[in-house]
Amino acid sequence: MHEMSIAAAVVDQVSRAAAEHGARGVTAVRLDVGELAGVVPAALDFCWELACEGTALAGSVLSATTVTARARCVPCAVEWAPGLPPDLGCPGCGGGRVELLTGRELQIRGVDWADGPPGPGPGPTGEA
Amino acid sequence: MCRTTDLRRAVLAQNDDSARALRDGLAARGAIAVNLLSSPGSGKTALLETELALARERGVPVAALTADLATENDARRLARSGVPVQQVLTDGLCHLEAVMLRGYLAGWLPADAALLFVENVGNLVCPAAYDLGESLRVVLASVTEGEDKPLKYPTAFGTAQLVLITKADLAAAAEFDEAAFLANVARVNPGVEVVHTSARTGLGAGALLDRALAVRAGTPAHRPVMTSPAVAAPHHPPVPDHHHDHDHDAHHDHEHEHGAHHGHGAHHGHGAHHGHDHAAVDPR
Repeated sequence: MHEMSIAAAVVDQVSRAAAEHGARGVTAVRLDVGELAGVVPAALDFCWELACEGTALAGSVLSATTVTARARCVPCAVEWAPGLPPDLGCPGCGGGRVELLTGRELQIRGVDWADGPPGPGPGPTGEA
Repeated sequence: MCRTTDLRRAVLAQNDDSARALRDGLAARGAIAVNLLSSPGSGKTALLETELALARERGVPVAALTADLATENDARRLARSGVPVQQVLTDGLCHLEAVMLRGYLAGWLPADAALLFVENVGNLVCPAAYDLGESLRVVLASVTEGEDKPLKYPTAFGTAQLVLITKADLAAAAEFDEAAFLANVARVNPGVEVVHTSARTGLGAGALLDRALAVRAGTPAHRPVMTSPAVAAPHHPPVPDHHHDHDHDAHHDHEHEHGAHHGHGAHHGHGAHHGHDHAAVDPR
């Protein structure tokens, strides 16, 4: 169960981004989770509230989209969905020189910032 | 009005940066790390005992770091080899992360170490997601565990650069279906090498040591199925001989005093405490 660590990493990245964007808070975070990433979206949901506590993300909603795996054979260019558990041998030539086009993502796709004026977030800039 | 930003950031970017710095820092001092993954009880420690004793015999300078949720039993066992050993207590955490490892290595890793063996927490799920800066990722499976392990844990087996079958001397008694196991490994990780070992009979002794030394000498390790570079690959398996712009960071980190730079507050207590214990198990 490493989803708590994953959730904490998301919160950390988004908190930094919030500071960079001068955002007061965060209402929603969208994640792409590849089906081969070894991360369970339901377990992430379970941890989310706790991970967000006391941060700019408190009260935010996590929405994780599962990305189906797609593989491509390098020599023969056949593409297929390897499924889960994956079958990564090429169905065309049986070879093993394969690349995954999708399926191992663990990416923060986008964030919705809270309404309202930028708060103390990044601090007074002193530029005035 | 609701402002939205497309971030497109890898969740584990920080871990991956740390891992890269660690890999580059080790490379700069002529060392590589070997990350050992398996379920609990598959024989990681027993195999490592064999490898460390052999390294010692051959005069290859190695060091080992072993991670557990509790007890220093494995460090004690491994230290009998005479090799510098350090126990990492994860305080309940189910896996190691690169920043933790950097904290533990700072000021400890012997200057002449050619290989650093990292015995990860016994768990085939969580450790698979974290690059530790290793140049060789090894997954172990014992013959008593069932032939379908690779299918049940496709991330661990799918990112391995070497697979070891352990307790091979028990294969017949356990009715281990080797052909099925090999087919399952090939399905999730085409082309990965599988080696039979037995810590009890000595079968395959040195296979891991030889392979690790070969990787250090520049022989490329098996490259598992990789995510296309066009797609974000936040925690793709490590590729040896990667050179990035982090040398400075890595050196910097290694020059710090021991124990003071653990990224995880929760581990500080153990960091301080293990410094003491590590003296007890470090034969030097």
